[in-house]
Amino acid sequence: MESLLNTISKSFVMRSFPGESQEIKNEEPEFVACKKCKRRSLKRNWIDNYYVCPNCGKYRSISASYRMSLIFDSGIYKEFNAHIKAADPMKFPDYAKKLEEKKKETGLEEAALSAVGKIGGYKTVVIALDSRFFMGSMSSVVGEKVTRAIEYATKKKLPLIIFSASGGARMQEGIYSLMQMAKTSAAIAEFHAAGGLYISYLTHPTTGGVTASFASLGDITLAEPGALIGFAGPRVIEQTIHKKLPHGFQKSEYLEAHGFVDKIVPRSEMRETLIQLLRLHVK
Amino acid sequence: MIDKILEKVEKLDVQIKELESETAQVTRGLVKAVGSAQEVLEDTEVEREDWKAHNKEISKLKSMREYFLAECEHLTPEDRVFLARHSMRPHVDDFIEGLFTDFFEQKGDHLFDEDLSIYGGIAFFHGIPVTVLGHRKGHTMEDNMKYNFGMPCPEGYRKALRLMKQAEKFKRPIITFIDTPGAYPGVEAEEHGQGEAIAVNLAKMSQFHVPVISVITGEGNSGGALAIGVANRVLMLENAVYSILSPEGFASILWKDAQRKKEACELMKLTAGDLKEAGVCEEVIKEPIGGAQRNYKAVMREMDATIWKHLQELMKMSPNELKNDRQSKYRKIG
Repeated sequence: MESLLNTISKSFVMRSFPGESQEIKNEEPEFVACKKCKRRSLKRNWIDNYYVCPNCGKYRSISASYRMSLIFDSGIYKEFNAHIKAADPMKFPDYAKKLEEKKKETGLEEAALSAVGKIGGYKTVVIALDSRFFMGSMSSVVGEKVTRAIEYATKKKLPLIIFSASGGARMQEGIYSLMQMAKTSAAIAEFHAAGGLYISYLTHPTTGGVTASFASLGDITLAEPGALIGFAGPRVIEQTIHKKLPHGFQKSEYLEAHGFVDKIVPRSEMRETLIQLLRLHVK
Repeated sequence: MIDKILEKVEKLDVQIKELESETAQVTRGLVKAVGSAQEVLEDTEVEREDWKAHNKEISKLKSMREYFLAECEHLTPEDRVFLARHSMRPHVDDFIEGLFTDFFEQKGDHLFDEDLSIYGGIAFFHGIPVTVLGHRKGHTMEDNMKYNFGMPCPEGYRKALRLMKQAEKFKRPIITFIDTPGAYPGVEAEEHGQGEAIAVNLAKMSQFHVPVISVITGEGNSGGALAIGVANRVLMLENAVYSILSPEGFASILWKDAQRKKEACELMKLTAGDLKEAGVCEEVIKEPIGGAQRNYKAVMREMDATIWKHLQELMKMSPNELKNDRQSKYRKIG
């Protein structure tokens, strides 16, 4: 039954290919090229492989809603706090216009999606950041949505999973963006104090203010293969130390080796791993 | 602009000081002469003229200085960034010396390393034991290098957390002084979990049951500043700045051009006044005209009174009220 539904949800996804829409539009309808190895594969094969290149294994970014459909039972979930409107607290030039453009381009209201639903039968709150919207950067709305979802999980005593994908702070919101780090971290601290399970799942890229707040505060920290994870960006570090960075620096595997990730979980095993962890925690 | 003004003012400072010490010598001579015999009176006549001329010169120079300093009344955000980074600006070590007594320094994160860019320990403030800490920069190039320009590695944040956790245990108020270009962007810093260290500090600080007061004294940039700044009361020196990152970094990220720093300063709303308006900072502490580096004593006086006022208010609150007050402060922003 479940596999049938999975097929249905996959075929639904096939109609609206998630990821960098602009890029896809320019390609031949049935083939999509890998950014890394440049080889083209059938769309069908990309989808069956969860948007991991069938040739070289390079991960392609996926949208927050597609990720939700992959992990929830039968791909069914209820989104909440969907309509918190993006603000322009600093009255930053062109920001309001850019927000509108991004909204149109991606069909998203903001860079965070919060949802509740069942995973392996366990009711769970899930937040996913979407890197297509301002690189998943932390705006007031992202901070607010994340905080509200954490508070909801705290109140309802539900497990919490956050998929991070963020370039860091939303520059155009300045100090308000910075304050979201304190706000979300405080909410996580309360969640922990109430005894909740928080699984932090790091995907490409997780950097800056998101790394330095909720993404690093999980009971269990998982990561997608090959994701860039760090506080300072590699370019900034290179400019500061005037040296070449070590091979594989700030990649998931590097973080695992340095003791900051419990397990690197391929996308194909994501759902199963989450179910296993929920089974181990939920009474 | 302010740098040019201050250059002139500092030159005048030196001239005035020289003249004043000369005058003091002459004055001493005069006093001696008048007190003694008649025959030197003719000599003193000359000295008296000298003395008058000196005084006239001094008052002229002083009024020139006043004139230049008057231009410092209206500073642009970029001017304030300059002052916030001034090498002679008072830093955490100066504040600890000026405001606290019986200071006992605590070193190391007791896990891996001693990070010199964070300086702190236990001391008395108005007779109350407190935990005090902050970013250390140093005033000379040599010290700057030693203290890594006030840019901590994860060990620094973990050291700060160790000190603050003890404050929670012994129910001591926490006072932090923020002045940092940001967390250090380096290979080891990343390998040791820069992001994790900051995140943990944010989470833990939000949970403390003791009063936490943070004073932004210079530049407060990025998570590196916030990591010791989740407080009940955030106070800012008048020319201090607080922002998501340095104006240079901001310009280079947004426009790929660090030269557009001035424009960034204008847009970032990083001055104490802006932040008070945004509800991020509770009170702005006045600085002497021309910047805090011009008169440490005046800064200490203002700072002492303001911190003491807020601490007294906070000490009336119960442990749970303190925690909730801090959480709701950040909950409301954005």
